[in-house]
Amino acid sequence: MWAFIHKLGSPKWFYAISARLLPWFWVAALGLIVTGSVWGLAFAPADYQQGNSFRIIYVHVPAAFLAQSIFVGMAASGLVFMVWRIKIADMAAAMMAPLGASMTFVALFSGAVWGVPTWGTWWQWDARLTSMLILFFLYIGVIALRGAFASRDAGSRATSVLAMVGVINIPIIKYSVNWWYTLHQPASFTFTARPAMPAEMYLPLLTMVLGFYCFFIALTLTRTRTEILRRESSKRWVRQLVEESR
Amino acid sequence: MAFDSLTDFFAMGGHGVYVWAAWGATGLLLLALAIHARLEHRQAKQALRRRVRREQHQAARATVSSDEGRVHESQA
Repeated sequence: MWAFIHKLGSPKWFYAISARLLPWFWVAALGLIVTGSVWGLAFAPADYQQGNSFRIIYVHVPAAFLAQSIFVGMAASGLVFMVWRIKIADMAAAMMAPLGASMTFVALFSGAVWGVPTWGTWWQWDARLTSMLILFFLYIGVIALRGAFASRDAGSRATSVLAMVGVINIPIIKYSVNWWYTLHQPASFTFTARPAMPAEMYLPLLTMVLGFYCFFIALTLTRTRTEILRRESSKRWVRQLVEESR
Repeated sequence: MAFDSLTDFFAMGGHGVYVWAAWGATGLLLLALAIHARLEHRQAKQALRRRVRREQHQAARATVSSDEGRVHESQA
């Protein structure tokens, strides 16, 4: 187990193994997202109350899932980096932040656009919406904090701490719809319970969620590889790599 | 198919603006992120390649000049 973790933490090994996994994740992401989009946009039946505006769910929910999962991923990477000093965890965390911020933005934007025809308002200072906005600012904070230090290690450590502290917001987002009276409906889709919608509606949603997760893995692997090239540029194996691939 | 015609599909029962705005923004962002990641990787590789080449040149020049230095020393 320890040997495996340390092997995984070795940039050289990571670079080699991720090269083999990467194409599969990109293909899976593309395939699932394209399938889910066609399915959700053209084939899923319209909602009996919301009509066709409910089709926003197919981008809103996957983005909101990713927005929260990525923050947890960043906090976990921060912990691994702080405890075991595994550099690759810090590189991955650095590469995850912009995607997390983007997905939080997508969740907020698609939610606002969806709110106009269904709630009659694009924004409401309710618990779910506000805690998602806080998540967005946390991502911006994490990105800004990393860039604010002259020494990379100091930036990495500060960012890890902020991610580990900020992760408290995630259960708040999750349970906000149960703890407070909010305009936002409770979860209609979870991995554990039977979904509160018919199969022809939730199967495309499941496809999109899986597609978004594959996209996240593919993008993070790709960008972590790039970061390895940048940070380890004085290592011999990295130099041989670019000489070979000429 | 939940729609009778292509016009119906784009209209989304009068909610076309909302549906396409949300989907469009999401699609563009995902596409931009993917393209950025690929370009970024290529640029990092090119930068590294340039650096390796420059340092090889410098190393080569350094050996030549130190050889010359040795020649001068031996002549002296």
